[in-house]
Amino acid sequence: MTTNATAPAPVRGPDRDDGSRSAIRRPRATPARRTSVFLSTHPRMRLALLLSAPLFWLGLVYVVALAALLVTAFWSVDSFTGQIRTEWTIDNIVTVLTGSLYQTVTLRTIGVALLVTIIDVALALPIAFYMAKVASPRARRLLVIAVLMPLWASYLVKAYAWRSVLSQDGILEWLVSPFGLSTPGYGLPATIITLSYLWLPYVILPIYAGLERVPDSLLEASADLGGKTWPTVRHVVLPLAAPAIIAGTIFSFSLSLGDYITVNIVGGANQMLGNLVYTNVGAANNLPLAAAIALIPIAIIFGYLALVRRTGALDNL
Amino acid sequence: MRLSRLSRTMLGAVAGLILVLVYVPLLVVLVNSFSTSTSLSWPPPGFTLEWWRRAFASAGAMEAVQTSVVVALISTAIALVLGTLISFALQRFDFFGRQTVNLLVILPIALPGIITGIALNNFFRTIMGIPLSIWTVVIAHATFCIVTVFNNVIARLRRTGTKLEEASADLGAGVWTTFRLVTFPQLRSALLAGGLLAFALSFDEIIVTTFTAGSGVTTLPIFILNNMFRPSQAPIVAVIAVVLVLVSIIPIYLAQRLSGDEQQRR
Repeated sequence: MTTNATAPAPVRGPDRDDGSRSAIRRPRATPARRTSVFLSTHPRMRLALLLSAPLFWLGLVYVVALAALLVTAFWSVDSFTGQIRTEWTIDNIVTVLTGSLYQTVTLRTIGVALLVTIIDVALALPIAFYMAKVASPRARRLLVIAVLMPLWASYLVKAYAWRSVLSQDGILEWLVSPFGLSTPGYGLPATIITLSYLWLPYVILPIYAGLERVPDSLLEASADLGGKTWPTVRHVVLPLAAPAIIAGTIFSFSLSLGDYITVNIVGGANQMLGNLVYTNVGAANNLPLAAAIALIPIAIIFGYLALVRRTGALDNL
Repeated sequence: MRLSRLSRTMLGAVAGLILVLVYVPLLVVLVNSFSTSTSLSWPPPGFTLEWWRRAFASAGAMEAVQTSVVVALISTAIALVLGTLISFALQRFDFFGRQTVNLLVILPIALPGIITGIALNNFFRTIMGIPLSIWTVVIAHATFCIVTVFNNVIARLRRTGTKLEEASADLGAGVWTTFRLVTFPQLRSALLAGGLLAFALSFDEIIVTTFTAGSGVTTLPIFILNNMFRPSQAPIVAVIAVVLVLVSIIPIYLAQRLSGDEQQRR
């Protein structure tokens, strides 16, 4: 490691095989030693050993499972025995694409996901900007922790919390009823509120990281050139932070698309794509149809990713 | 850009308001866990410790906690091994398909849980013919926990470099000795942070779990979901929710501090 080492220092390595005093003796060729030598001279072998177990796991459990999902969408269920028939058919795909139920639910799900994303970005921008550019370093650390903590609080707990807040005689009703308003109750608005709440930290963090990377010198330059606050935000900050903002939207959009538990908890009788998938896996026992429905959010997400790919947002995840 | 005092204050107020909005619902749950009302009514008509007593006496809840701990421990152990192996491969080697492997690690957490869930459900039941059990949950959890270990370990490997390991090898230490005495001590806190996050992630997971759990397997989140809609059980759910927040916040706080220390030392 050091280049200016003088006399060979006595080696006190754990592999020292005898009490040699001066030079490093050639170690005895035990099997372990031979393995070590072999590995250090064959980096490809090292790589193969490192990669084999994780790739076996991820390949088998995940890639095969995803591919199988795609394949299953083209199978069908014998309506008589409930067994899966492994004959190719595009019936499920046709049903999903043309059925009015699926079209309505898909549009509703996309609408909810878009609204959630817009709300989250609108909430995340000011707090992320405050954290990155206004708060003192100490306040910034506290804020990061304050934002992170609920991120790791259980998903169910947060959904349940909004179920309590929005309930007919919950705290929201109690707060707004003096003003002649009332709680939205359980339904789509409640779903949108709860989902926005759930994904907010996932949106704040990438935007905060992105804003932090905007150099202060650019903001000062803009001010020196006479730029007021809003023009500076619009022409300097937002373009530079755009990839980070889009990265944040990927989270809220994709997580909302696949959600079905929040809708169950606060959505009343409304269904999203996730609910259709879930009932077809469970009660209706029609895995092929469920797989076909699941392809909708997959297609939308990959479409969205392809759309935002060129903005460099994926490096901000 | 020079913000006026007014806009600074405004921005601070908005940020503060958002944080209040973030924390109020959690506080409501905390208060409800002491409320005498079983219908989530506000303000609480009275306060009682009854639900806390009942929650801790509930055999179902305790069994659910046990199941969750077992699942989380085993999947964290698997994720630690696989995540560390894959971080070494991606950090220390350049090979064809490196980007793809990287994407593969992130994918289980990037795709919505329902897709991971139904893909695994279909894989176990239809393709492999394995009945769902606690082990299918473990396999599913380990798969999406790999990424938290991976993120922590690869960040550490990027920083530490290979000089010390090369020195150790030059001095005659074998592969295993070098790992045990040089590499592992450097990785220890990263492994701890990654492991804690993986544990918390698995402990809280609900969507993938509902798709991969056998009929008799009740993790704590599943227990909560099953009991949430029963009016008589609602306050007990609030108690469990509070405990769950506390239980998940402690390891997260520790993990944050571990990685925070690292950043300051850098």
